[in-house]
Amino acid sequence: MSARYSAARSSLRTAVIMLVFTLVFTAAMAFIHQLTRPAIEASELQEKMRLINEVLPPGSYDNALLDDSVALGPTPALGLARGGTVYRARLGGEAAALVLEAEAPDGYAGRIQLVLAVAADGRIGGVRVTAHKETPGLGDYIDPRKDRNKERPWIGQFNGAGFDGIARADWKVKRDGGVFDAPTGATISARAVTHATARALAWTLAHRDALFAAAAGDTLDAPKEPTP
Amino acid sequence: MNLQRFRENAWNGLWKQNPGLVQILGLCPILAISTSMVNAVSLGLATVLVMAVVNFTIASLRNFIPFEIRIPVFVLIIAALVTMVDLAFNAWLHDLYLVLGIFIPLITTNCIVLARVEAYAAKNDPLSSTVDGLMMGFGLVWVLAVLGGLRELIGSGTLLSGIDMIVPGLSAIQLFGEDYPGFLLAILPPGAFFALGVLIAAFNWINQRAGEHRHARTDDAAEAPAAG
Repeated sequence: MSARYSAARSSLRTAVIMLVFTLVFTAAMAFIHQLTRPAIEASELQEKMRLINEVLPPGSYDNALLDDSVALGPTPALGLARGGTVYRARLGGEAAALVLEAEAPDGYAGRIQLVLAVAADGRIGGVRVTAHKETPGLGDYIDPRKDRNKERPWIGQFNGAGFDGIARADWKVKRDGGVFDAPTGATISARAVTHATARALAWTLAHRDALFAAAAGDTLDAPKEPTP
Repeated sequence: MNLQRFRENAWNGLWKQNPGLVQILGLCPILAISTSMVNAVSLGLATVLVMAVVNFTIASLRNFIPFEIRIPVFVLIIAALVTMVDLAFNAWLHDLYLVLGIFIPLITTNCIVLARVEAYAAKNDPLSSTVDGLMMGFGLVWVLAVLGGLRELIGSGTLLSGIDMIVPGLSAIQLFGEDYPGFLLAILPPGAFFALGVLIAAFNWINQRAGEHRHARTDDAAEAPAAG
């Protein structure tokens, strides 16, 4: 009887200690989280602006880009299962460019997240990879910071590309009969980014007017396909 | 803690009980990240920091942790500390975070942290435990540096590629010239196993030779009086 009593007591005691440790360390984490949040949010914003500046020259628009955005519902054409954001760049009130997120579902190791800018003339301002899990040292050249070719990074091929210069059917890597280079041995990453970029460009061109017409802060749920 | 203890900890961490070569712990990040020297050393340095902090905290709390539930408490503390280190780095050392950041969460998958806590920090004072964590971490750093350097050299013919992200202005060393075709296997995961195998063999060979030397010397010493 007393053995059972002490077993119950000892498990209660360890349970309470476990609970205390959990509470203390959760509180410590919450405290650090609160403490670091302003700094982290500021640098996230800065990072976002830096990224946008890479795909869209800062002088090519004059509106507050981050405030002029349209939310997207789930958009399979862009690979966005949970929706995303489109930023609208204007110059003197005229439509200048759209900055949008897209995702390639078929990277070598999962999804590749992209940001691209599409200028009003239908050409791509630039493409950047924001998150990926491609093999370090092999498939991560899709991120220009990891690309060994610093003068002409792989992703720079998309700068200024549009369907007027390159037919939609040629938006493939050279190995598949298209026009885009891809390093030997790591074609899958290049193929995924190329296809996702082409899809995103086609989608943007089809929905450009609707995107610019929407009020800032609106959500465009499953934008209507253009009538053929 | 005295000098003798410090030297013992250092010797164990850096050579005798080296986490990468003798304890063979933390293989998951070691093999995944050691595709280049810079990546490998970055992960190593993040591990040094986390191990020192974790060992210190757990050694300080060791008298309050019941033996029966020590593993869940250790895991809780390690996870909480890694999260806090991650947040603190992100907020206050953002430039360094951009380089080391992706490696910090990876450390939670490294069983060397839990292993040192269980084997050392749970039984020793905070100061020795911190030194143990630091030394085990630095033991991992040099193994990772050699492993990463070996794989990078054979795989892509360069050394220190990506150094410009840590020290701007420096660039990678091209050892085999621009037209080195690369040896993909060294970069892929199997290459990590081969390289680690070679490294362990070399380590054992050095130890064996050192052992023979010592034997030879003690034999001499034993024979000397007989001869005299």
